Amino acid sequence: MIPPSDLAYIAALCLERAGLRVDTERSYLIESRMAPVARREGYESADAFIAALRNRRDERQGWAAVEAMALPEPEFFRDHTVFEHLLGQVLPDLARARGGEPVRVWHTACGTGQEVYSLAMMLADTQGLEARVELFASDLSERALEKAQAGLYSQFEVQRGLPARMLVRHFEKVGESFVLSPRVRQMVRWRRVNLMDDLGGGGQFDLVLCRGLLGQLAPQAHDRVLGQLTAALAPGGRLVLGAKDRPGETLARVGPCLYGDRGAVRSAA
Amino acid sequence: MKTCLVVDDSRVIRKVSRRILEDLGFEVAEASDGLEALAWCSAVMPDAILLDWRMPLMDGMEFLHRLRAEPGGATPKVIFCTVENEIERIREALDAGADEFIMKPFDGGIVAGKLCYLGLAA
Repeated sequence: MIPPSDLAYIAALCLERAGLRVDTERSYLIESRMAPVARREGYESADAFIAALRNRRDERQGWAAVEAMALPEPEFFRDHTVFEHLLGQVLPDLARARGGEPVRVWHTACGTGQEVYSLAMMLADTQGLEARVELFASDLSERALEKAQAGLYSQFEVQRGLPARMLVRHFEKVGESFVLSPRVRQMVRWRRVNLMDDLGGGGQFDLVLCRGLLGQLAPQAHDRVLGQLTAALAPGGRLVLGAKDRPGETLARVGPCLYGDRGAVRSAA
Repeated sequence: MKTCLVVDDSRVIRKVSRRILEDLGFEVAEASDGLEALAWCSAVMPDAILLDWRMPLMDGMEFLHRLRAEPGGATPKVIFCTVENEIERIREALDAGADEFIMKPFDGGIVAGKLCYLGLAA
């Protein structure tokens, strides 16, 4: 347990440095964000890290704490209309265009898996589509991927964006946590990928998702990652970005948060 | 303005819920058990009901059954908000006609997410 005065210290630090509002009642969130930073900095727990930070006021460690708190909280079905559009129109269209071939979907920067599993659960609930779609997911963080693969979420996490009917249909309670059914977990194949690395190959995916990452990147990294994502698209493929991501001039917008290769979209029109 | 009835025997929970709902732009009424909640609903049906399960006099489940049998009682979106957190209990609530389910402890983000999914908040 992090003492209330330490929670208040983190909240004040976030407000002062980044104008971030952190709710001290959500101690679980602060704890879960501070734990990886604490490990990286060589402390045995989040409590120990924050206590030391309060004592020594280390500039760099202070920023590490603020940055960890600034990450968006993962949610199931973020912008749920986007998921409805993908399931209702985009994936069926892609399946038709591919004939008998599977539709290949790559979920990049998947974090702890909430979004790719949202897609997987919807596929599992849609007759005829599940067998036609292959889901691949990647992230930079091994730790995030381990958690994602386990499909194990806390009571707080399963209440972020996940409708109760989906929870009942696809999860079981194990102790105080909730675990996703093996059937849905097995629909996703995982790999560690750094989107800044040379990915080679390319052109293999009909749908690529990268939601909310671009906005966090420095300008050079932004352009490189966007270039890699575009290069990964098969002809006629679609890229899904976050509601606040802007791809600039390189891609044509073809739906809500949905983009296609500019040349290909024009020639098809 | 959308209206929400908060039904909970804990005054603290009612206060916390009221603050969250008012921030989301709801007009809030409170009841401390199912009987009092039914009286509210027979006067005017709210758009949403945040409903505790275990309460004295009339519990949440009995309230839900009675509400759904009332004229106009199918309209309000009912969100259970309870310490119950077993999948079986959640299924039971949904089968009885609840629209959503929140496990305590909760926060503003969870309430906002559920109301948004039910089309009651942006």
